[in-house]
Amino acid sequence: MSNLRDKYCIVGIGETPVGKVDGITNLGFNLLAAKLAIEDAGLTNKDIDGVLTTHPYGDPPFMYSIQIAEKLGIQPTYTTDLNLGGATPVALVEHAVMGIEAGLASTVVVSFGEALRSKIKHHGKFRMGREDFGNPYGEVVGITYAMAARRHMHQYGTTNEQFGHIAVAMRKHACLNPNAQEREPITIADYHASPWICEPFRRLDICLISNGGGAVVVTSAERARNMKKKPVYISAFAEQHTHKNFYNMPDMTTWGAKRAAEKLYKNAGVGPKDVDVAEFYDCFTYTVLVQIEDYGFCPKGEGGRFVENGNIELGGELPVNTHGGLLSQAHIDGMLHITEGVKQLRGECGPRQVKDAEVCLVTGNGGSAGATHSSLMLRR
Amino acid sequence: MAAGDYTKPLPIPDEDTQPYFEACKRGELTLQRCDACKTLRFEPDNICPKCLSDRFTWERLSGNGTVYTFSVVHHAYYPGFKSELPYVIAVVELAEGPRMLTNIIDCKPELVKIGMPVKVTFKKCTEEITLPYFVPA
Ligand SMILES: [Zn+2]
Repeated sequence: MSNLRDKYCIVGIGETPVGKVDGITNLGFNLLAAKLAIEDAGLTNKDIDGVLTTHPYGDPPFMYSIQIAEKLGIQPTYTTDLNLGGATPVALVEHAVMGIEAGLASTVVVSFGEALRSKIKHHGKFRMGREDFGNPYGEVVGITYAMAARRHMHQYGTTNEQFGHIAVAMRKHACLNPNAQEREPITIADYHASPWICEPFRRLDICLISNGGGAVVVTSAERARNMKKKPVYISAFAEQHTHKNFYNMPDMTTWGAKRAAEKLYKNAGVGPKDVDVAEFYDCFTYTVLVQIEDYGFCPKGEGGRFVENGNIELGGELPVNTHGGLLSQAHIDGMLHITEGVKQLRGECGPRQVKDAEVCLVTGNGGSAGATHSSLMLRR
Repeated sequence: MAAGDYTKPLPIPDEDTQPYFEACKRGELTLQRCDACKTLRFEPDNICPKCLSDRFTWERLSGNGTVYTFSVVHHAYYPGFKSELPYVIAVVELAEGPRMLTNIIDCKPELVKIGMPVKVTFKKCTEEITLPYFVPA
């Protein structure tokens, strides 16, 4: 795949207002984000021939991407929705590249939106497919991450306080982001005072529930030359999915991220030391810790020590989730990890800009305890 | 408990899982062992994920295991758990190898530890459904 290195790029991004935003539907957030991304690229709906999306979690409909396409006034030659949980947005960018490379489309919009906070009545009902052997015992997906985190603590001596440093860093970054749901600074003391939800997770270890949408436009580097914004190049992408049911994972402290990382670095021609900023999917604090290790920023088991002392904050060795992430900006399924990566590489991040950011790692992660994993290496 | 009082989520047995849930009603923990590669598997399915054989034999297990990991849950994600907060959800590694999800019951949450020996017990939820739980061995 290394022959695709930097051959495709992101030329437009869209980010709706997020958080406690009312008056916009599931569909509405998706469409608004797509519109913003198309306009950011300086394009119109007539320039788009590929539409990739994923359904809202609370209300999954039939043939959703066709509905999105129709409402955007697009008759696509390439469209589908993908269902990989939080690994979906990053994987969709990869699918956009593949579709263009294969000649199915020339310019693809990738979008996601959901009004999960709104108490709007839906037609649909979400199900995880774990009704027979999980739910009867009170399982939800978050608890699977808590149990994996417990293994990390057991195997490597990782502490709650170290998880707390991740929560504090994400909040610090969200405070610098005008489009963030939670903008009250927190301290380690606040973390310790936060109530247990599913041990070892406190409320502050767990991502937000948000309204909002995000989108990007992907096209070839050749086409990008004449476009409004400077392109952000997709140097490489990788996916590694490992399981649906987490309980038989050989080791709950090493995820598909590890194998994805090997492919990603090889195909991008860079290593951990070249990464200026990382947007790690952060459904839970522990999710960030595992990926820091699996992507080789420190040896396995040392993630707890790595996240101490401001190391993952702006100005630290590896700034992580400069927008505040799912933990403090908003949970838009990781779509905003991609838009934030693009903004960092364009130098559009204002007070939270990583100086001279050239290389950005973006990941997605879904299902029970890291079931699905996808990643992108972006560069300017 | 009167019929209809059970408020926690319930499984819906299907062609693959019916024998498992029927065995639970008899107080037996059973899983499928692949006839071809002899791998014991959880959850029940028609195909062995190791070798793709569709031939298998149901096997009764000892019901012994150890706690592989667990969480003490303080939030009622399902209304039926509200009266039992905090409850302990755990991954139990069965003596025969596979791991399964369960609750550790009849044990103070603060006493549950990784590596703790546990054994199966069964609780009748409804006329149709009996579920396996684990208690300290
Ligand atoms: Zn087999």
